[in-house]
Parts: sequence; C-alpha cells; structure tokens
Amino acid sequence: MIYLQLFLSYLKIGFFGFGGGYPMITLIHNEIVLQRGWISQAQLTDIIAVSQMTPGPIAINCATYVGYTVTGNVWGSLLATTACCLPPLTIMLLITIFYKKIRNNRFMTSALAWMRPMLVGLIAATALLFMNRETFFDWTSMVIAGVCFVAVWKKVNPIWTLIAAAVTGILIY
Amino acid sequence: MIWQLFWTFFKIGAFTFGSGYAMISLIEREVVDHHRWFEREEFFDQFTLAQSAPGPFSLNTAVFVGYRVGGWWGALAAVIGLVLPSFVIILMIAMYLTGFRDNEVVNAAFKGIRPCVVALIAVPCVRMIQKLNVPQILLAVAAVAVIALLGVSPVLLLMLGALLGVVLVFVEKPASGKEDTGGDTDKSPRP
Repeated sequence: MIYLQLFLSYLKIGFFGFGGGYPMITLIHNEIVLQRGWISQAQLTDIIAVSQMTPGPIAINCATYVGYTVTGNVWGSLLATTACCLPPLTIMLLITIFYKKIRNNRFMTSALAWMRPMLVGLIAATALLFMNRETFFDWTSMVIAGVCFVAVWKKVNPIWTLIAAAVTGILIY
Repeated sequence: MIWQLFWTFFKIGAFTFGSGYAMISLIEREVVDHHRWFEREEFFDQFTLAQSAPGPFSLNTAVFVGYRVGGWWGALAAVIGLVLPSFVIILMIAMYLTGFRDNEVVNAAFKGIRPCVVALIAVPCVRMIQKLNVPQILLAVAAVAVIALLGVSPVLLLMLGALLGVVLVFVEKPASGKEDTGGDTDKSPRP
C-alpha cells in the first residue's frame, strides 16, 4: 500500500514540477513531510543537502533517497524515481512532437509567465518553513546561513559552500 | 545510436553537480559540438521549451535530444543514462548513511549543513524576484502567505497562476489595465 502511495505522490510531484529543482523541493516538502508525514523536516533538509552534493538533478536524487528512506529498500527507491520521471518524460515527449505548434502559443507563454510568481512564492515559503528550531538552534547557525547566502549569491559553487558548512559544523559542534 | 545516447547522458548524469544550469555547457558540448545531433540555434530553441516543461530540465533535455536522435527508445535510453549514475550513488549513500546517523561527526556536519541548505533555497528565490514586475511580486508575496500560513497546496497555486495567465491573454488588449487585473484576480481566489 505504501508503495502505491509513494508512486502516486511522486507522480504528482513530477507532474507539477514546473521550474525544476527548488520549486520541486516545495512540492516534496508539502507532499512527503506535511501531508504524508513519512519523513521529518530535518530528514528532508539532510536529504536535500546530500542530493545537492551528489551528481544529477536534485529533485530526482531526492526521490531516490526519499523512496529508500520511506520503504527501507531498493524497490521503493526505484519506484519513487520512476514516478518522479514519468510525467516530465511524457509531457516533454508531447512538447517535442508538437514543437512547432506550441512554440509561440500566446496562452502557453502567458500561463507560464504567471506561474513564475507562484514559483517564487513556493520557494520562499519553503525557505521560511525550513527556518525552524531544528535548523536555527543558535546564533552560529544563523551566521552560517548568512555567510552561505552571500557565498552562493556571489556564484561560489554550492557544493563547496555545503562542504565548508559541513566542516564548520564538525569544528564547532 | 541508442547506445551512444545512453553513454552521452550517462556521462552528463555522472559528472554534473548541483543545479541543471551547470549542465547546459556540458550538454551543449556533447550534443552540438561533439555528436552534431543539433544545430546550435535549434538546440537552444528546444532548450527554452525544456525549461518551461515540468520536471528537472536536464531530464527534459535528455528527452528531447533522445527523441530527436533515436525516437521513443532514444528518449528512454537518454533518460535512463542520465538518472542511472546518481541513482546508484544516492542509493549507496542512503543505505550507508542511515547506519552512521548516530555518529557524532556526521551529526555535527549536518548541523552546519542545514542552515546552508536554507541559504541555497533562498538564493534562487531572490534571483527570481528580480525578474518580476510589481503585480507579480505582490502575487508572489500572497503565495508565500497562503502557503506558509494557511497551508494551501502549492499545486493549487501553480494551477491558479496558469489560469490567471490564460485569462490575462483575453483582457490584455488595454495595456494599462494589465496591472490592475493582476492584483484583483489574485485576491479573489484567496478565501
């Protein structure tokens, strides 16, 4: 039963995964943490960090990891990853086939343009929800967040930023 | 050809870290310069579409390149190639790390990592805000409020945004009315 739920959840995440990686984290958070309650927020934060540090698309890495964590075996991983890829795969195939027709469609362009503010809202809401006691438990963690923000803003590679944060964590705590 | 597609995207999947945007140049080099499957302009045209489709856009790129070069099987081969390396790596980590969850060093590392993750999420968000106009920013703020405070499903908001975009095409004729419509339509569906 949990396999079916996992599959359906990830189909939904894949289908509405406009904007790729970070907006998809919001969907994953809403579906897996808030609605299903399969993993905790702290667990998701760790999973995101690992997904960022490993090669490949972050949302799919996340699916693989969540699938394993929820079911405790490889099949859960495979199922979640497949479900996450299936809707984008189908939709993109359709787009490729009907490429010329939809290329300059006014409705599609406008719909996508007005989804963008929603995407920004989505990501901002996730960032806010992640700013909880588990993440910011003392002032040093706030300093780490601030420094990381500036670093990534200045186009420092996110992986190096994460590694630096990890080293800082080991040294301080 | 199928095998070439698989191998090309396997390499892309194995060696690109972080966001999909880091993959652009690597994909471009492999697909346009090396294999000559696409003209550069055509590639970027399709690429724009891949960005607007749902899902990670490296995945979408794999689909359109795979399909154009090798049909259905080509698309499938490219996607499997792209996903396979990280799938195996993540699976190893998921299996291995769970055992080390209680390890103090690992724990301390993650305490440092978590605030960094928040920063990683915040940066693209702030970057995207810079590209919006005023009514869109207001809409974004409203979206944050209803998601964070009221717990409204993000999926619902995405659909509302798309709907709003479609509706605006009809009312777009008076160019000055556009901003007002953006603000009004945003408030009505909230309660």
